[in-house]
Amino acid sequence: MQDFAASFFEAFRLVAGLDSGLIEIVWLSLKVSITAVFIATVIGLPLGAFLAVTRFPGRSIVIVTVTALMGLPPVVVGLVVYLLLSNAGALGPLQLLYTPTAMIIAQTILVVPIIAALARQTLEDLNGEYRDQLMLFGLGSLARLRTLLWEGRYSLMTALLAGFGRAVAEVGAVIIVGGNINHVTRVMTTAIALETSKGNLALALGLGLILLIIAFAVNALVFLLRAAAERSAYA
Amino acid sequence: MHEPVRFGQQTATKPILPVTAERLFVRRKGRVLLDVEALTIGGRGTTVLVGPNGAGKSLLLNVMAGLRAPDSGRVLWNAEPPNRQRYGRFGMVLQRPVLLRRSVRANVEYALRAVGTSAGQARAEADRALEGAGLLALANASARVLSGGEMQRLALTRALATGPDLLFLDEPTSSLDPASMQTIEAMVKSASEDGMRIVLIAHDLAQARRLGDEIIFMHRGKIVEHAPTDRFFGAPASPEAKDFIAGKILI
Repeated sequence: MQDFAASFFEAFRLVAGLDSGLIEIVWLSLKVSITAVFIATVIGLPLGAFLAVTRFPGRSIVIVTVTALMGLPPVVVGLVVYLLLSNAGALGPLQLLYTPTAMIIAQTILVVPIIAALARQTLEDLNGEYRDQLMLFGLGSLARLRTLLWEGRYSLMTALLAGFGRAVAEVGAVIIVGGNINHVTRVMTTAIALETSKGNLALALGLGLILLIIAFAVNALVFLLRAAAERSAYA
Repeated sequence: MHEPVRFGQQTATKPILPVTAERLFVRRKGRVLLDVEALTIGGRGTTVLVGPNGAGKSLLLNVMAGLRAPDSGRVLWNAEPPNRQRYGRFGMVLQRPVLLRRSVRANVEYALRAVGTSAGQARAEADRALEGAGLLALANASARVLSGGEMQRLALTRALATGPDLLFLDEPTSSLDPASMQTIEAMVKSASEDGMRIVLIAHDLAQARRLGDEIIFMHRGKIVEHAPTDRFFGAPASPEAKDFIAGKILI
């Protein structure tokens, strides 16, 4: 018990003292996950928008697939990206395995379906409500879509935050493709797993604390965005 | 990237009146929802559509507006099918008006910008239109927090602001208090006196009398009677219209 108490105390000291090793890990975590969310937005938002406003044969199959992929197991994604990036894999010559880039690729794959599926739902609902009115304004399909994106901005930001929450908290994919190499690919989740198994509970707890704070901050932001969306939507 | 449309593009085209419908037919699940042989909306004045619920009034308006394609038949705006460029001369207030998640003023500005008005001019014109509707004090309020009557007034103001040749109103005063209803009716009357062609669905026969120069009575998807207001109420030709005016339920 004394060990735990001492570990907690040490953890607070690390966080409060902005320990440089800890900062490095947190910084890499944020860099990897924010980059992954950014790329996933560039891919997922247009995909979701396309699925929301178009009709084509097989559309519902695509939607069911994208929605199902929201629950992709991170370790499976890690394994697939590992196979692609390993020396024998299709992308082996790029020599990306065990780099932050590999981690960004894996997290992007995890986040794209989340953003695409949530954006599709949001924009399809909005389109049902707005379509006739936007037609009456004489807008073409691109101008209508631009208006829908703006009108749905709060809900869409919630989708991005959901993607970020998923990326920053997952451990299975980044540990396989990143390798948890100190100063290179060690992020919060992989460091917690390693330090816990090493018995270095102070650092693990400190990182856990920061991860919790980030999760809390993201959810608080989601809550505020929801409130803003509702304020702008209804009487 | 090439974009086919953008704000600021001039979209005014040749006049859209007369609007004609030919042999419109819509069926859903074996039920005939719309079966209109011929209808022409031209000239001046206000036409009021009346009829029991489910008679096809809203559907007829939506099809004539080019928002719904009929199963067969066609709608022509001055001999051409309705298309996007021509919505600049057409206005419509939907049964449930859709207000954008922006300020009251921005809603009107948006409609003006969409038909090619410059930003500065749109602002001035929006304020003038809002003043006329008694909404200027609410210009900066969020459109979605207005009362029901204010929302309807804003939707009507937005539709009137671009100065359309033809305006469709789908039950513009349903579920409004008497004061709001009066304001809306006054706006409609004044637009009609200024020469705007108006087609309106009324849920209430007193309103049809007050606003209509002519009445179209619909029942089961068909136009049963199309007559000047006095003649429709004074000497209805069809038994269905007689029953409807007498307040008997039609099925």
